[in-house]
Amino acid sequence: MLSVNEAAFPWLTLLIVLAVVAALVLWLIKPLHKVAMPFGLSVSALIFVLFLVALTEFNFGDAGNMQLAETYSWIPAIGTSIAWGVNGMGVVMIGLATFLVPLVLLASWTDFEGEAESRASGFVAWILFLEAIMIGIFAARDVFVFYLLFELMLIPMFFLIGRYGGPNRQKAAIKFLLYSLVGGLIMLVGVVAVYVQGPGGPQGFLLENLAGAVSGSTSIQMLLFLSFFIAFAIKAPMFPVHTWLPDTTQEAPAGVSTLLVGVLDKIGTYGMIAFCLPLFPGAAKEAAPVIMALAVVSILWGGFMAIASKDLMRLIAYTSVSHFGFMVLGIFSGNSVAMTGTILYMVAHGVATGALFLTVGFLAKRGQSHKIEDYGGWQRVTPLIAGTFLIAGLASIALPGLSGFVPEYLILVGTFKVSPVLAIIAVFGVILAALYILWPYQRIFTGPRPAIEKPDLDGREKIVSGLLIAAMLFLGFAPAPVLDTVRPVAEDHAVVLLVDSEASVSGAFADDAATLVAEGSAK
Amino acid sequence: MIDWAALTPTLIILGSAILGVVFEAFVPRGARRPVQVVLAMIAVASSLVTVVWRWTVVSADGPTSIAMAPDGSTNVGTFVEDGAVLAFQAIILMCALVALLVIADRTETGEGSFAASAATQPGSTDEREATVANLQQTEIFPLMLFSLGGMLSFGAAGDLLTLFVSLEVLSLPLYVLTATARRRRALSQEAALKYFVLGAFSSGFFLMGSALLYGFSGSLTYRGIATKVLSGTGMDMLLIAGVTLVLVGLLFKVGAAPFHAWTPDTYQGAPTPITGYMAAGTKIAAFAAMLRFLYVIGTGVQWELTPVLWTVIIVTMCIGTVMGLLQTDIKRMLAYSSIAHAGFILIGVSSFSQQGISATAFYLLAYGIATVGAFGIVTLVRETDAEGNILGEATALEKWQGLGKTNPLLAICMTVFLLSFAGIPLTSGFIGKFEAFTAGVAAGNAVLVVLAVLASAATAFFYFRLITYMFFRDPVEGSQTVASEGFSIVAIIACAIITILLGVFPQPVLDFLGEAAVFML
Repeated sequence: MLSVNEAAFPWLTLLIVLAVVAALVLWLIKPLHKVAMPFGLSVSALIFVLFLVALTEFNFGDAGNMQLAETYSWIPAIGTSIAWGVNGMGVVMIGLATFLVPLVLLASWTDFEGEAESRASGFVAWILFLEAIMIGIFAARDVFVFYLLFELMLIPMFFLIGRYGGPNRQKAAIKFLLYSLVGGLIMLVGVVAVYVQGPGGPQGFLLENLAGAVSGSTSIQMLLFLSFFIAFAIKAPMFPVHTWLPDTTQEAPAGVSTLLVGVLDKIGTYGMIAFCLPLFPGAAKEAAPVIMALAVVSILWGGFMAIASKDLMRLIAYTSVSHFGFMVLGIFSGNSVAMTGTILYMVAHGVATGALFLTVGFLAKRGQSHKIEDYGGWQRVTPLIAGTFLIAGLASIALPGLSGFVPEYLILVGTFKVSPVLAIIAVFGVILAALYILWPYQRIFTGPRPAIEKPDLDGREKIVSGLLIAAMLFLGFAPAPVLDTVRPVAEDHAVVLLVDSEASVSGAFADDAATLVAEGSAK
Repeated sequence: MIDWAALTPTLIILGSAILGVVFEAFVPRGARRPVQVVLAMIAVASSLVTVVWRWTVVSADGPTSIAMAPDGSTNVGTFVEDGAVLAFQAIILMCALVALLVIADRTETGEGSFAASAATQPGSTDEREATVANLQQTEIFPLMLFSLGGMLSFGAAGDLLTLFVSLEVLSLPLYVLTATARRRRALSQEAALKYFVLGAFSSGFFLMGSALLYGFSGSLTYRGIATKVLSGTGMDMLLIAGVTLVLVGLLFKVGAAPFHAWTPDTYQGAPTPITGYMAAGTKIAAFAAMLRFLYVIGTGVQWELTPVLWTVIIVTMCIGTVMGLLQTDIKRMLAYSSIAHAGFILIGVSSFSQQGISATAFYLLAYGIATVGAFGIVTLVRETDAEGNILGEATALEKWQGLGKTNPLLAICMTVFLLSFAGIPLTSGFIGKFEAFTAGVAAGNAVLVVLAVLASAATAFFYFRLITYMFFRDPVEGSQTVASEGFSIVAIIACAIITILLGVFPQPVLDFLGEAAVFML
């Protein structure tokens, strides 16, 4: 199994503890409530910088292996230890999370003006707590700790939606919670059973001890696989368990939706790659065709529902259902090119969807509505918002040169090698994408100028939009560094589903494809 | 020959109870309350200390049978002292200690949760006079100690007769205590009568079962019966029927369906501090007794018992969750939640493994502490009338709206307890569920565990509904929290801290339980 390289300095613990302590300090120390936003922004920016510093110790040439690892005994009686460590996939996901959190705080800067100070400080404290959990989830090497954080994540989200959301926020918060909890508790049965079926002992939950060591008959393996997969499918919203997502984003504040869809939902796809495949390779292979079919249904269903949406927040949620379909398709295709595309897509989608949510948030702050019909001709009122929306939209419909193109291309190419039929059907999702982005754009931003005066993006919002656009362009024109980081992980994990083609061949092919794409988009 | 030293924890409690009765007769009225409170607290705390001392003895010398024949050779049975007994006694005493703080508490105006004079007729002039004179019904402290003594010996009983006597010693004072609520006294007395009648009924089942087991084996001691189970007497039907009937008596005490009917009414009618105390204490003691009974005698008929246990578990979880969803009264909601928890705990019990014992013990500790804390908070949230006078407890869920704004501390503590009930990570409830489910899966009862997780997802709905009321809604007219003499808030905060500590650092407790979870015959 994969080797684990211990860290010289506990970087990951530092990042997590820093975020938790900052959240607690902000919550408990009253005088800080006045400066909650600057405090939160500086802490989250510091975390991002520290993460970049930590990466200097990460050997990118060996990105397939767990690095920066730390292992502490926690509850040996039930076989769990606090074990952190990241491979290439973990690095890019933590990078995404720590990049988005400061932007979300910056974008929400004025959301609580004129309200009690404790409201803003509560918001920032929950976001920081959530950031700690996100880092922990992507760094967890212990199945129990991963599960624990997976469940714990619900609490900050529940409060963020329920306290800071729209008029129906309580219902939305409860619906979000129950869906996630059902998934999580089903996974709990799997977690318990994996330990029972695994090697056991005081470190029986460590991923490297469990991978390839879960015993049991084919049907037990399949049930275990399903217990994990269902939780991840609810999280990553896949058809038919996606219905909580539009209801949640409709009510949640834009910043919270950004983190929810941009990062937290990726835990679903992340979990499929990092846990489902190495723990239950046989069952994953057996279930792959059905899952791929469901993924294609997700792609189309999400696309159609997005076109039919009247509410912008719902629309973005449905586009994400469609995009998550692509990711899941890539994961279970068993092709390392497609898998590479998936991991890259997880980052690209986080940035592009985050930009869409935040832009709609900016727009809704001016127009006081998420409904498409309440707008029209706003290009002339707020040209910068229109521009940002268009760029983010185009990135999410995979225009070459923007973040969505390379990964979607890789997934489709990789899937085509495995299952041409599914790949061809999935291509229709790309066509739907053009409709669901451009049609709302037309209805909201084009047309005669309405008789209203609203300020365009101010300096703070320009920074947010600018950084997100820069990230989209970076992922579009120069995806190579990210691709190089995630490819070894993809190759290691795709191999378990491989039927006959050789890993090395498809690996080289990924190289070619990536270079080709990078050159193409540069032109 | 009796090993008196091994009986110290129980003797301290029962002795103090008798002393309390004497104090009732001789201490002047004004001084009674402080004297009784101090006596009860010292008794519980010193009993807890002696349990720790006994644990050092037992872990050094091994378990003993407390009563021996005069020549010291044969083992009479009756009482045993082993790791499991001490573990459960420690858990009961810890819960009793915090529960005692809640029981002893009064509002700043000196108004406790108990009737000024429980013997007066509700609504009568006598009652009014007693209330105006601010009389105190201090007998509740000796009564509580008597029932605590019963709980301690319930888990240690090594024969069916001792078990029955313990059962009655623990139950009778509780019947009386249930009837002593200060407000809505008719409801309280009705609840007590219901509890008493149904309790007597279940005692009947218990005795019938004991008689059948005596018929099967010619003995009342666990040791004697277990020997006959191994050798066989050709009367297996007697054994199965006897074990089932005794089990019914015990299932009644833990509030498992279909013997749960008393729970919601009694929990609602009893004075809230007593509700917390009996919800925690009775359940822990009854599960301790059930574990010993099932693991020593029941293993012989494990195969035949399985369908019974499965049915009880499934029905209990379903009734607890479904009925809990419909409740609008917080005490009834917590009552149904306790029924659902009984179902989850039974999964650990029915695994018939050593892990099952320690999982059950941990779960009970987590549940007991959180329950006492939650009911403690209920005592402090009160209704007010139009002029702002403080009335009884605001048990309607609507009245809890906006508690997060009016009293953040209580709301946060309540949230901790609710999260623990729901089994959210980093609370003791999560580790408890995890342990119980692991025991269940390891014993091959994965189907039960799947049903249990679905049930706990459903129960989460009503816990989180209360959280949304407290934090996402604005405060309503007609309810406010009261300041008290301070015992309750100490107990509540202690419970919240223990709940989180057990969720984050459960290792020492798990180690201790792993070592202690062995029954001697």
